[in-house]
Amino acid sequence: MMGEVKGLQPERLLEVKNLKKYFNTKKGLLHAVDDVNFFINKGETLGVVGESGCGKSTTGRVVLRLLEATDGEIIFEGKNIRDYNKTEMRNMRKEMQIVFQDPFASLNPRMSISEIISEPLIVNKVYKDKADRMKRVRELMSTVGLAERLTYAYPHELDGGRRQRIGIARALALKPKFIVQDEPVSALDVSIQAQILNLMDDLQKEFDLTYMFISHDLSVVKHVSDRIAVMYLGKVVELADYNTMFKNPQHPYTQALLSAIPVPRLDVHRDRIILEGDVPSPINPPEGCRFYGRCRYRQSNCLNVTPELKEVGPETFVACHYAGNLKPAII
Amino acid sequence: MSIDVKKRKKSGPWREVWRRLKQNKSAIFGLIVILTLIVVAIFADQIAPYGYDDQNLRARFQTPNGDHWFGTDNFGRDIFSRIIYGAQISLKVGLLAVGIALIVGGTLGAIAGFYGGKLDNGIMRFIDILLAIPSILLAISIVAALGPELRNVMIAVGVGSIPSYARIVRASVLSLRDQEFIEAARAVGASDTRLILKHIIPNSLAPLIVQSTIGVAGAILSAAGLGFIGLGIQPPLAEWGAMLNSGRQYIRDYPHMTAFPGLAIMVTIFALNLLGDGLRDALDPRLKN
Repeated sequence: MMGEVKGLQPERLLEVKNLKKYFNTKKGLLHAVDDVNFFINKGETLGVVGESGCGKSTTGRVVLRLLEATDGEIIFEGKNIRDYNKTEMRNMRKEMQIVFQDPFASLNPRMSISEIISEPLIVNKVYKDKADRMKRVRELMSTVGLAERLTYAYPHELDGGRRQRIGIARALALKPKFIVQDEPVSALDVSIQAQILNLMDDLQKEFDLTYMFISHDLSVVKHVSDRIAVMYLGKVVELADYNTMFKNPQHPYTQALLSAIPVPRLDVHRDRIILEGDVPSPINPPEGCRFYGRCRYRQSNCLNVTPELKEVGPETFVACHYAGNLKPAII
Repeated sequence: MSIDVKKRKKSGPWREVWRRLKQNKSAIFGLIVILTLIVVAIFADQIAPYGYDDQNLRARFQTPNGDHWFGTDNFGRDIFSRIIYGAQISLKVGLLAVGIALIVGGTLGAIAGFYGGKLDNGIMRFIDILLAIPSILLAISIVAALGPELRNVMIAVGVGSIPSYARIVRASVLSLRDQEFIEAARAVGASDTRLILKHIIPNSLAPLIVQSTIGVAGAILSAAGLGFIGLGIQPPLAEWGAMLNSGRQYIRDYPHMTAFPGLAIMVTIFALNLLGDGLRDALDPRLKN
C-alpha cells in the first residue's frame, strides 16, 4: 500500500486515518466527522461530495487543523501533523492552504486587495522589503487573472468571481503544495464557475498542486476530480477513482447520488433512485450502517454492524456489507 | 455585476462613509457646530472677552447688551465668557468620560467576546451588576465618595457608561469571530494579536463610533446634571450645569442667567446627536446609498 516507486504507484501527499471530530452540543455529542479514512496522491484532485451537513467542510478544516480533531491521524508527507506544536504548525501552514466557499465572507471588507493578498507574506515574514512583497502581490494577481488597476480596490467593489480570484491568490501566496477547496464555486454564477474551475485547473498544472475539492455539486466534482470520496453523515462511504465510481458505483448511496445527475438528452430516460426518508441526526448516531433507514438493499445485520471501509477493487473502497453484490443502478 | 450592488458590505472603506456623510445636511450641520465648539474651547483664552471668574460687582444682573453679549450674573461675571470656558470643561468631561468607558468597556467586551467561555461569563456578569445600578445614582455615589472634582466627575460619568460599550464590543466581536475572513487569516498563520488588531477592531469600529458620538452627548448631560445638583465641578469654575443651578434662584427676574447655559447644553447635545445619527446612516449603507 505504501509503495513509493514512481511511475508504478503514485506518491501519497496526505493520508487521513480514523479521523474524528465531535462537537459538544446541548443535545449531545454531534458526530460531524466519524472515523474517516482517505488519502490523496500527489498532484491529483480528490473530490469530496455529500449533502449538506455530512461533514465534508468540517473534514477539510480538521485536515488543516483550523479545527482540532477529536481523534485520528493526519499524515502529510509522512508526518502526523496532529503532533505538531504551534510553531511547527505555523510553518506547516505554508504548505497547506484553503479557498473558502463564500467569497463575500472570506475577505476582510476593510482591507484592500493588495493588503489581503500580502497578508500571508507579512504574517510569515517572507519578504523583508515592501517593494519585493508588492512585486509578488502583482505577480499573484496576474497569475489568477486580476487586473493591476484593482490593486487598491476593496472587495465590495468587485463581483463574486473576482473576489474568489483574490481568495485563490491569497491561498497561492505561500506556494503551498496542497489546497483545500471548500465549495469554491457554489456561491458563483454558472458562467463564472467555469472560469474559476478552469483557472484552478491551470494553476494545478502550473504549480503542481494537490487539491481536496469539497462540493455538494456532483457535476462540478465530476469535472475536476481524479478520485472521489462520497460522504454520508460523517463517514466516507465510498472512495474510488473517477472512472470506477461513475461506471460502477458500489455503495447504494453513491448509486442514488449519481442517478440524480441530470442528463441533457431528451431520448435518454434514466431510472432515478429516489431516496426515502431524511438524513438522521448526527447527534448520538446509532450503531450500524448510517444509511440503513434509506437503503433499498438493507438487511437485518446492517442495523447492528457498522460497515467498515474495505477495499473491493484496486484503490476502490466501499463501506457496505453487500458491496459488489448489488446490481448497479446506473445506465 | 449585480452581486456588487446588492451586497455592499456594511464596512466599505472610510472614504465612502465620508461621501455618504457629506450628503446628510443635518449631520454636517452637527459636525460644524461640534468643530466650532472644539475650536472655541481650545482658544477660549483668546476668544472670551473676560475671564471666567472676573467679578464686577457694579455690573451685576445685566441683561444682554453690547459689552456683555449674554449679560452678567449675580457676581457681575460675563456669561458669554463663562459659557466659552464652560465649553472647555464640558467637552473635556464628555470626551474623557467616553474615553474611559470606551477603553475599559471595550477591552472587557473584546476579551469576553474573543475568548468566550468562563471568562466571558465572569466579565459579563460584572457588567450586568454595573448595569443594574442606575447610572446617575452610580455617578452621584462615586462623586460623593471621591469628592466633587473635574477628574472624579469624569470617572463617575465614565464608569456609568462602561456596560454599554462592553456590550457593543462583545456583540460585534462575537459576530466577527466566526467570520470566514478571520478563519482565512488564521489559515495563513496570523496570531491572535494580529487577528484582533487587524481584522476584528477595524470591523467593529462602526457601531462604536456611533455610540461614542451619542455617548459624548450623554456624558455632557450627566456632568451638567451633576453640576446642577452641586456635585459637579465647583465654583468659580464655569460649568454649564452649575451655571444653570446658580441662575435658578434668579430665574423669575433674570432668566438670561439660565437661558444661555441651557441653550449651550441643548445646542451641543443636539449637534452631537445629529452627527451620531448621520454617522449611523453613513456607516450602514443598507439604509441608503
